[in-house]
Amino acid sequence: MTDLSNDEPTTPHRSQFADVWHQFKAHKGALLGGIIFIIIVVGVYIGPWLWPHDATFIDIRARNQGPSWAHPFGTDQLGRDTLARMMAGGQTSIAVGLTAMILALGLGSLVGVCAGYFKRLDGILMRLTDLFLALPILPLLLVMMLLFRDSLSAAVGPERGIFILIVVAIGVTSWMPTARIVRGDVLAIKQREFVLAARSIGTSNRHMITRHILPNVLSPIMVSATLGIANAIITESALSFLGLGFPPDFPTWGRLLNDATQYLQDYPERVFWPGLAISLTVLSVNYLGDGLRDALDPRIRGR
Amino acid sequence: MLTFTIRRLILAVPTLLFISLVIFLLLELAPGDPMAQVPLTVPPEVKEKMRLALGLGEPGYVRFWKWLVQFFWVEPQVFVDHMFGTTFAEGKLRIISWQHRSPVMDVVVERLPQTLWVVGMSYIVGILIALPIGIYSAYKQYSMFDQVGTFITMIGYSIPPFFTGPLVIVIFAVNLGWFPFIYDTTHEVVDWDSFVYQLRQMIMPVMVLALQTTAQISRYMRASMLDNLNQDYVRTARAKGLSEKIVVLVHVLRNSMIPVVTVIALGLPAIFGGAIITEQVFSVNGIGAQLIGAIQANDLPTVQTLTFMFAFLIVFFNLIADVLYGILDPRIRYD
Repeated sequence: MTDLSNDEPTTPHRSQFADVWHQFKAHKGALLGGIIFIIIVVGVYIGPWLWPHDATFIDIRARNQGPSWAHPFGTDQLGRDTLARMMAGGQTSIAVGLTAMILALGLGSLVGVCAGYFKRLDGILMRLTDLFLALPILPLLLVMMLLFRDSLSAAVGPERGIFILIVVAIGVTSWMPTARIVRGDVLAIKQREFVLAARSIGTSNRHMITRHILPNVLSPIMVSATLGIANAIITESALSFLGLGFPPDFPTWGRLLNDATQYLQDYPERVFWPGLAISLTVLSVNYLGDGLRDALDPRIRGR
Repeated sequence: MLTFTIRRLILAVPTLLFISLVIFLLLELAPGDPMAQVPLTVPPEVKEKMRLALGLGEPGYVRFWKWLVQFFWVEPQVFVDHMFGTTFAEGKLRIISWQHRSPVMDVVVERLPQTLWVVGMSYIVGILIALPIGIYSAYKQYSMFDQVGTFITMIGYSIPPFFTGPLVIVIFAVNLGWFPFIYDTTHEVVDWDSFVYQLRQMIMPVMVLALQTTAQISRYMRASMLDNLNQDYVRTARAKGLSEKIVVLVHVLRNSMIPVVTVIALGLPAIFGGAIITEQVFSVNGIGAQLIGAIQANDLPTVQTLTFMFAFLIVFFNLIADVLYGILDPRIRYD
């Protein structure tokens, strides 16, 4: 005979965040991906403090060395330590990835919320999104790099100029999927009762969007964020690989890969590290996104 | 369906015009000067004449209009002339490449077969591998095959072609020596041996591009199969006593293919974009390499034409995907 008088729940109430975390933990790949991503980010930013070699220090007598205790990843054709260059390159690549992702996300969310919330803007904004989706991204990025590299480098210095250019170029060409997803969700949320209730007590549009709509579309935005990082890192590396990214003496993972391919016949193992770094980062971020999507949206779990 | 197709076709025209305008305006801002390579001893008034000869003297809108006329009117005429031996385009000005001093389209026609061979073959190979993987891993969800398959497709999804390219070169060309290092575009297939050589040099670029295709399409295939496998009609089909093979490969597969076919159509332009990088890695002399070369040589007419052709491919395959979706899925009604 069960005791019916005790109607308290057996487990304590979980907040929404704790619930998501519980789901996320269950996805082993996502957890592992998250850990690896954090390790890479921390290693790339903390590593140069601990590692004695400088990424730009040229030791011509120690050039083209294989792996050793002094240089675990070997040295390049000018005797620069590959591990130090990998860390310096990783800083740039990850910084580009994160900044471009934030820009794309901001643009995408802005367009998506405006299109979903204001009916008058919907048609024109979505046509704009369609137009952007029809642009050939890689060729256009190449053209943009070609056209604005020199003028921007002259204005704000070579490294910062290219950084701004790459981030802006990737940002303005990859906000469209986010905008579409956010618009769809906003359209659905706008029909809900709590929005009606908020409207009936006289909530202004600004408050409605910031307090009621945005928190509810946060989950698709977060999933887009992870995919956006992966996409931005790959795009930056592709541009650097094609020789239209950062200047040659400024290491990024794509640039290191490009340098390594030129010595492919003599030192084929040199291709391995930058390529592995890019792939591992992107893979871990993709897994992270997969797990986040599963945790935030129970309907598509396991797909 | 027909009205929808026609409406979409009409809507594609302003889209393409807008894109060509965007590309043109971008190139208009180009700081590069096509006269930069001309020796300093050439007097400025001669340079001015050379500039005029390249069609640079007129204001922007006139040049944009001329480019539009050349691309949409003169070039098709040249094509018709070439096919049927007519003389529509006699004496008309075509889009001239600054780099090659010959019509852009002639170079494109020269290079396109290389790209099409590699890209087309890799897409077909990728699809042929992806579909069975997707079907089987959905049918045996959470099995060993599914776990491994999902992991491998995730890897294929995440590793960029500019890493897999050098990697397969290192493994198969440098260490094992099975395949040639770079792609020989002057190679002609005349007999069996040269055909085998052509196949051997195509394997590596096709492998790299096919890995990406496989990863994307098998993910879609798996998700789409999973959507359908739990539907009521599947239970009905099983209850009727149909064999498992018929249920999965006829009933479920046909319904699952609907979104996958559109994904296949939508992915084709992206593969052309990926081919830009793969061509660079393997030195395939296709249109991607032509674009990179034109960008580096500041050859604006070629850049404009090629970029627009990529945009055209995207719009065209989007249209095909939409129409296919409507034809394949009777539940979708556009009008």
